[in-house]
Amino acid sequence: MHIDIDEIAKTFGTTTALHPVTLAIPSGALVALLGPSGSGKTTLLRILGGLEFPTSGRVLFDAEDTTGLRVQERRAGFVFQSYALFRHMTVFDNIAYGLRARPRATRPPKAEIARRVTHLLELIQLPEIGARFPSQLSGGQRQRVALARALAIEPRMLLLDEPFGALDAKVRRELRQGLRDIHDETGLTTVFVTHDQDEAMELADLVVVMSMGRIEQVGRPQDIRTRPATAFVRDFLSA
Amino acid sequence: MSDTALNIRPHAATTEAPLARALLIALAIGTLGLFVLAPLAVVFAEALSKGLGAALRSLAAPEARSAIRLTLLTAGIAVPLNAAFGIAAAWAITKFDFRGKALLITLIDLPFSVSPVVAGLCLVLLFGANSTLGGWLVAQGMPVIFALPGIVLATLFVTFPFVARELIPVMIEQGRTEEEAALTLGAGGWRTFLSVTLPNIRWALLYGVLLANARAMGEFGAVAVVSGKIRGQTATMPITIEMLYNEYLSVAAFSLAALLSALALVTLILKTLLERAHSGALAAGHRS
Repeated sequence: MHIDIDEIAKTFGTTTALHPVTLAIPSGALVALLGPSGSGKTTLLRILGGLEFPTSGRVLFDAEDTTGLRVQERRAGFVFQSYALFRHMTVFDNIAYGLRARPRATRPPKAEIARRVTHLLELIQLPEIGARFPSQLSGGQRQRVALARALAIEPRMLLLDEPFGALDAKVRRELRQGLRDIHDETGLTTVFVTHDQDEAMELADLVVVMSMGRIEQVGRPQDIRTRPATAFVRDFLSA
Repeated sequence: MSDTALNIRPHAATTEAPLARALLIALAIGTLGLFVLAPLAVVFAEALSKGLGAALRSLAAPEARSAIRLTLLTAGIAVPLNAAFGIAAAWAITKFDFRGKALLITLIDLPFSVSPVVAGLCLVLLFGANSTLGGWLVAQGMPVIFALPGIVLATLFVTFPFVARELIPVMIEQGRTEEEAALTLGAGGWRTFLSVTLPNIRWALLYGVLLANARAMGEFGAVAVVSGKIRGQTATMPITIEMLYNEYLSVAAFSLAALLSALALVTLILKTLLERAHSGALAAGHRS
């Protein structure tokens, strides 16, 4: 799905999180929002997901204005920084949650839900953990379960907030490849937020460098590396 | 430096010497025994001083039965209402940012700091037959003061903080992301509350309800002011106990007191059992 961000601005009280930003995300792209903390990247991601609403500007999904669309109707698979797994539910119930929450008319039958959850557990290469609780999983396993839960709703796009933030270096590398594989397999338009330039450069097709609520540069990783558009991008990349 | 070996202690740095430990434990148990266990034992001993039969007969007296019924009814109304109010207040405070939030937090704590007698007097001023509102209500045949509604209102006032106070820290610690996750997965607000929020706060909620219940059954000051202490009608268990005691009916007074203590003890035992379950659940939740 093609996403257009048209002059989106966001203020919280007196602080400005986003100055009007404009960005076009091509269908099926894997996009990194890269920047230091406070650059507005998470706010932009949450606006796409419907968890925040912009002060001004429009969001378009496939040229349809979805600025005011409720979070439940966006069908955005959202992976939270701390994963936000439901701690009192098993992994199976976590992944099945979105399907069970559908209105009766569109809710798949029980057997179909079980089939899909099993399939997703295989996709994330953890077929055996359905009966476990989130507290019994490692950080990397939790992240993958969160990804499976987001994919279960058959989302139109995948949004990930610092998906590898809380993991150690080795697990990070494995999961980066895992996300790339899942992206290539599903073909979903995917946007992830990171402050780690290596992560952004290695994983993304398109990198959006942000600072102080503004977009500094948009480009392919190698273009941003070789031709930083602003002093900020140059400094940030050399840090 | 070979002297460092001499400084190695046989126990952890935070552990006291055995003598100090024994003294502290003895002091704690001694104080509890003297000020808590002994009075409790005396209450039961006094109640049974003329035998179990006399104690049970005094509890079966119309006055005592009416008091028991009234106390259970009051707690039965006030506690569920406060559970609902407490959830609403804790929800508002922890999930939203709004003007007057600090004021709301202060108001929730107000019943802890205001004397119950003062609270009762406020209710009398507001709803008494001499006030505009109270006069109108009496004319409609719905008196508040010297009647059940007043007793329930007074109990609501004094027990208001318990549920909210238990829930707020738990809900702050858990944050909003699990709810946000449920919303992005397509769940509506009500479904999110029932399937995500409520299961996460259930132990804290039960704990708060039990504390509120204990206080609701035991409240004396505020209820004494608004109830008018009409025998067999508006006298709750604590008030009836006081009246019986003042009339030197010690077996009757202490039997009722023993029953009230027993109700409190049941609450306490439930609370302890819950804490055990809760600590297990907490440990599981914190193993990250």
